[in-house]
Parts: sequence; C-alpha cells; structure tokens
Amino acid sequence: MPTRVLVPSGVLGLGFDHDALRRGIESSPDIICIDGGSTDSGPYYLGEGVSKYSRASTAAEWKQLLDARAEADVPLVIGSSGTCGTDSMVDWMFEITNEIARTQGRKVKVATVKSSQESGFIAEAFGEGRVEALDPAIPLTETDIVNCSNIVALAGAEQIGAAIETGAEIVLAGRATDTASIASLPLIRGDDAGSAWHGAKIAECGALCSTKPLSGVVVVEFGKSGFSVEPMADGARCTPSTVSAHMLYENADPFILHEPGGCLDATDARYSAIDERKVAVKGSRWIRSDRYAVKLEGAGIAGYQTTILAIVRDSRYVENIGAWSSDLLEFLSETISERTMLGPDDYRLEIRLIGIDSALGRLETKPSAPAEVGALAIVTARTQDAATEIARLANPFLLHFPLPDDEQLPTFAFPYSPAETERGPIYEFKLNHVLRLDDPMEAFRLDVLEAG
Amino acid sequence: MTNLGMHVEGIRAKNAGPFMITIDVFCGSQAAFESVSDKFPASRVAKLFNLEAQEVRRYELPNLNVLKYSFPRTVAQGGALDRDMHGAQFSVVLAECPLKGEVI
Repeated sequence: MPTRVLVPSGVLGLGFDHDALRRGIESSPDIICIDGGSTDSGPYYLGEGVSKYSRASTAAEWKQLLDARAEADVPLVIGSSGTCGTDSMVDWMFEITNEIARTQGRKVKVATVKSSQESGFIAEAFGEGRVEALDPAIPLTETDIVNCSNIVALAGAEQIGAAIETGAEIVLAGRATDTASIASLPLIRGDDAGSAWHGAKIAECGALCSTKPLSGVVVVEFGKSGFSVEPMADGARCTPSTVSAHMLYENADPFILHEPGGCLDATDARYSAIDERKVAVKGSRWIRSDRYAVKLEGAGIAGYQTTILAIVRDSRYVENIGAWSSDLLEFLSETISERTMLGPDDYRLEIRLIGIDSALGRLETKPSAPAEVGALAIVTARTQDAATEIARLANPFLLHFPLPDDEQLPTFAFPYSPAETERGPIYEFKLNHVLRLDDPMEAFRLDVLEAG
Repeated sequence: MTNLGMHVEGIRAKNAGPFMITIDVFCGSQAAFESVSDKFPASRVAKLFNLEAQEVRRYELPNLNVLKYSFPRTVAQGGALDRDMHGAQFSVVLAECPLKGEVI
C-alpha cells in the first residue's frame, strides 16, 4: 500500500486553490501535512515568538484544513507553527484549533510537539561540547546563548512521527525541518527512506514544484522504491524539470539535504514523467548518520532602532548625493560626541541612499541618474531612547545639510511627521549549530490534549 | 557588451538559511548552458561578491541546464547591517555581469 500525503500549500497563511484542495481530498490521502514557518521571514519573529501571518488568515485557512481533515478522516499535521515554531506559537495554534472546534461542536484529539529550548540547557550542552557549529561557522559564546530571547530545535521525523503514533487527529508541531511532517508517515509505514525525504523536500513548498506555483495543492505518493508527485490544480503540471529543479530551492547543495539522523542524497535520483502532469522519482538515497543531532535556531536582541527618511529632489544635491551623505555622516558623528555622552561604540548611524545603492551597497556597479534619492538614516543603539535621541539630533541636518559651496540653506522633503520612526527592538540570528542528542525526544515535549 | 542575464532564461537568488545565499542560473537550453558555463567559474563569481574563491561553491546541473552558486552571507539575514532580508536582489549582480572579460 502506498502512502499518500496531501500538501495543501507551502505554508499556512499563503492560501491555496479551493478546487485543487477538493480534488486532493477526493484522491484519498492518508494524511494532510502543511508547513507553518521558516527562518526566511527574518529573525524578528523568532526573537519575539510571534507569527508573521495574521491570526485571521491563519484561522480561516486552518478551518478549511480542519474541515478537509474531518471529511478525509485522516490526521492533519502542521510543522513550525506560527512562523518561528516557539512553544508560544504551538499554544497559539491550539487556541485557534480550540475556537474552531468549539464553534463546530466537535471534539478533536490533538498532539503537540514543543521545540523551544531553555537557554540554560543549551548553554550546558555547549559547555559539554554537544553544540557543534555548522558551516559557515558563527562565533558563539555562552553569553550569546543566554542572550537569545528564544531558541528552538528543529524536530525531525522521530518527534513528529511519535506525535502521529499517538493516534491524534491533529498534530501541532513547533519548529521542525520543512520536510519532517511530510516524511513522517511514509517512514512509519516502512516506505523507502530516501524517497520519503526526497518526496518531502519536493512537496514542502506545495505546488512550487509544478507549472502553477501559486495553486498550492500537491499529492505525493510514497512506496517501497520511489515516490511520485502530482499537482491538484486544474491545468497544473509536474514535469521532470519542475520537480528536479525544486531540489535547488533555498538549498545550498542541490543534491544533499541534512536532516536529524542523516542526510538525503539525491545525486543518483532519476525523474520520469508518468503522464503529462505526474512525475515518478527513483534512486534517492538516505544516508544514516551514526550520531543523532538536531539543528538549533536562536535569535536575540541586537539593539533598538529609530529611522528617518528624507527625500532629496534638488538636482544639484541628487548629483552630489554621495559626497553629501558622507559629509553629513562625518558632521553628525562629531556633533553626537559633542552634545551627548554617547561614544562611537554606543550607537551605529548609517545613511542608505535609495535610488543609488540601498539594496546592494558596495556590490552595486550600475551608475544611476535618478530624479530623486531617498536618504534613509538608520540609528541602532542599546536603548530605544538613545536611538531616538540620536535620530532627533540628526533630524534638522537631514532636512537642511548644505553642500560646501551652497549659499542657501536647502530644505529636503520629509514624507511624514514625525520624521522619526521607532522600530523597536531588532533581532539577530545567533546560532548556526546542531545539538547532539542521545534520545531524539530529549529536547522535545510531546503532549496529547483535547480541543473543542 | 552583453551581460549574463541576456543569455539565460532567468537567475534566482534566495537565502539558504540565515547565513547562506544560493543563486540559480537557469540557462534555458543546452546551448546557453554550454556557452556561459565556463565563463563563470567560482573564482569569478567570488570576485563579484567580494569573497575569496574558496568561499563560493559551484554546481553544474547539465540535465536542468542550471548553474548554481552558494556562498556565505557577509552579514546574517535580517541583522542590523543587512540590506536585503530575502537575499533575492543578489541575482542582479550576476545578471548584470558582462559575459566576457574580467571583473574589475
């Protein structure tokens, strides 16, 4: 018996084609799996332990999937709940599930897998040499670990599989690898391990592996010697090219994918068209590691920011914007040290020139002659008050700073009042490491609850 | 002077986790793949991004007519100094690179 996994979309909150979901349900899946997160939205969400997507979108899509699950009468699994997959986001998904179940008068059995890590536990493991750097190696100290506001470990198929095996109708998992929820049931059923992970990687972004990337829904069928993938949307096709190209996506190595307990090697995978919309894949290999390790992600506060945007339209200033900006920065640095107690190590002030090189910085090579330039001043300091104080100090000069030979005081355009925008705390990813475990469940908590 | 972007179907840059960038060059045909492939060794791409040659990993995927380059970010994704959270605009650096000649 093959294992059929229905993947409604690359992430909960992005939407999916409703007719395609209907077709997916009618194709008799054994499980429905969807991802809820990623680091790709940046460190803020992990730092704060919040979701990138609105609660309303999340609840609306989750209700459709709960209905699909009830109709198909199969488990529904979400990995990396609420973008960052902290315990707070698993609780948030439970709360949403509970509200929907209550409104519908249903009772559902829910298993939760929690991935958040106590910084003390990680610091201790670091001291014992159980936290190992990945490439590129990020310098790490015990202080960096303790300064993370949230640390999560990425669950694999062992932890999600354990949750499925409780017989829960719904599995709400914290941070997990993108592939873990899809690979879990095929692995439990003894399908080919290389194919389980490879098929999971191909389907983790939903229909991105097809000719209609935004349609969302795909079904992957796993067996003893391979897998096949088929999109559910009308007119969508999977071809050997669209499927094999997905191994490239957001993956540094196009053939190797590291997972807890081993890695997928797709070097010898063979892709063939079964028909015009369905592709079969064989030859993927799972290479088991003799040590079990899970990846860690951590984010901590890297300061507080206040920004000001000034628009420069005067042609002579636009033509000399580089010199204007560097003179202004030098002037501001002197003025800040004269007027405040803040030294150069207490803050960072930069001006990014929008229209010149703000996206690429030093890598920009294209000369441009824009009509106007946005001068975005970004102040980062240890406190919000300090950042805003510096921004206010800079405010009149961003508005009026003259070129050396200018007789008249210029006035540039502030697009809004107040010109300063407090951005609050900013976070940085602090870890690119794995944590070695003796028992896969050692760093995770599995609970069974009732919703409704 | 023509640049790489004019000779291929598309170039995509993405984060591969918070600390790596990966750029996929979809050449579109075997002829395009063969004509651009040897013009962009890892060392040339490294120069474009101010990196050491050994920091850039280069993959050839002739079955897909794809060249792939992966390298560490000089600043981590979304940190105070990052200018492009999703790393997607890095594709332009490669797309606008002249097909022939040395990188200055």
